[in-house]
Amino acid sequence: MSQQTYRKPVPTPSPETKRYWEGCKNHELWLPYCRSCERFFFYPRDFCPRCFSWDVEWRRSKGRGKLYSFAIHYRVWHPAWAAEVPYVTALVELDEGVRLYTNLVDVDADPKKIRCDLPVEVVFEDVSEEISLPKFRPLDSRS
Amino acid sequence: MSPAARRSAPAAADLKEKRELFRKVAVVGVDECDEIGIVPHKSVLQLHAEAARNALADAGIDKSEVDAVLTCSAGWASSLQVAEYLGITPSYTDSTAVGGSSFVIHVEHAAAAIAAGICNVALITHGETGHSNRFRQGAGRPGLDPWFPAPQFEAPYHVGGAPTNYALACMRHMHEYGTTHEQLAEIAVATRKWAQLNPKAMMREPLTMEDVLSSRWITYPFHLYDCCLVTDAGGAVVVTSAERARDCRKSPVWVLGSGEATTHQSISQMPDLTQTPARHSGARAFSMAGVRPEEIDVVEVYDSFTYTALVTLEELGFCAKGEGGPFVSGQRTAPGGDLPMNTHGGGLSYTHPGMYGIFLIIEAVRQLRAECGERQVPGAKLALVNGTGGVLSSTGTLILGAD
Repeated sequence: MSQQTYRKPVPTPSPETKRYWEGCKNHELWLPYCRSCERFFFYPRDFCPRCFSWDVEWRRSKGRGKLYSFAIHYRVWHPAWAAEVPYVTALVELDEGVRLYTNLVDVDADPKKIRCDLPVEVVFEDVSEEISLPKFRPLDSRS
Repeated sequence: MSPAARRSAPAAADLKEKRELFRKVAVVGVDECDEIGIVPHKSVLQLHAEAARNALADAGIDKSEVDAVLTCSAGWASSLQVAEYLGITPSYTDSTAVGGSSFVIHVEHAAAAIAAGICNVALITHGETGHSNRFRQGAGRPGLDPWFPAPQFEAPYHVGGAPTNYALACMRHMHEYGTTHEQLAEIAVATRKWAQLNPKAMMREPLTMEDVLSSRWITYPFHLYDCCLVTDAGGAVVVTSAERARDCRKSPVWVLGSGEATTHQSISQMPDLTQTPARHSGARAFSMAGVRPEEIDVVEVYDSFTYTALVTLEELGFCAKGEGGPFVSGQRTAPGGDLPMNTHGGGLSYTHPGMYGIFLIIEAVRQLRAECGERQVPGAKLALVNGTGGVLSSTGTLILGAD
């Protein structure tokens, strides 16, 4: 999709989140990992919000998880989404244990066809030169 | 309360009973602004001022006695704005702004300050023009720093109102506990019955289960009637010491218990989508008051959505976890039901300007003073108020009692 036609909000990477967005640009999902409690966390910070250790590193996620919950939007809340209703927002719980707010794509926006705990995998949508957004699709929707 | 609900309460060691605040302060004045509903001809600050005047008159306290102002909903540093606008130079201010729970939390903050001798007469005000903002240039809430989490990790996927995130929580609850659209609709219908008894309520036409279930989807799983109103309204509450309360115009309504809790800001950070911080603020309030849910006569809980009220009843221990759906069935919360809830008609049918918590306190106090006319819960002596703010992020619980 070209920059000219993309009207949704585009994230502005911060010093703490630059690495995350760089990974996405390469269509890789990288997550912050606490070396002290040996767990991933999200969103990115310079420290672990659990144990407050600043000994954190970046590790690549396998990009798979399950649909923790979802909502289907029938109303146009923002003009940039006007052509897409109904569309699906989701909370995905990655196998690494963290949750991402995202969109569920490649799926009928029909409550009868979506259920919590559905296995999902990451796909990337290039929205600008710098930014690709991780979104998720049902694992069984792969062609 | 069922054994399962009892088990869900935090361990005693988690609780600070705050007995030093027990019955130390009373709510002595409450009121709305002169007009609520659709009020395009008045500013936010006018609504604050009218409500303040009306609540002080209700208390029989002169503005010159007010030495503490607690508020949000009036822009940056709201307490400065409201104090200046009203012509008050307080010795204590609090602009705690954590969404719709704020004003409930202000009561606990005022109680602590009064009990510590920092101030004596606390004025809590609210005013919002949630309905009319859509026609006012520049009105509403300011944007966020783009480096903050939500603009980076949520806004690219969706920009929308509160229903969109509450829906995620509700969906998970439906998945885990089998909660149904019909059970949610029970709350919308019951709350409308209360609104029909309140002349100030905006929506007073009869509402049936069928009306709710056939209304359009806003955000699945919410039908239109699962969602609160968006109105213009203001309210105010006056809190003072036990000594001063004895000389007020009406009988004091005592703060017997209070609690505040916060678990997250963004919905993606909510520790468990089916659990709200009310389990913590509620447990603290009950512990401080030394009462149990089954002793409460009237319940005023935030109903931004039918689901908000349903999950809050669970979290406060009125029923076991996950049993909110069956619990509210059979119109249990309607007039004449076992658990009178949101007796003014709630955010669903009475008014909801955006951060609605102050109206829960106003109604609880009126019930305890037996001022509610047709909708009066006979003999109400103990009321529970629970405000919810953010995206099920923050709660404030109060247990209020009449003599």
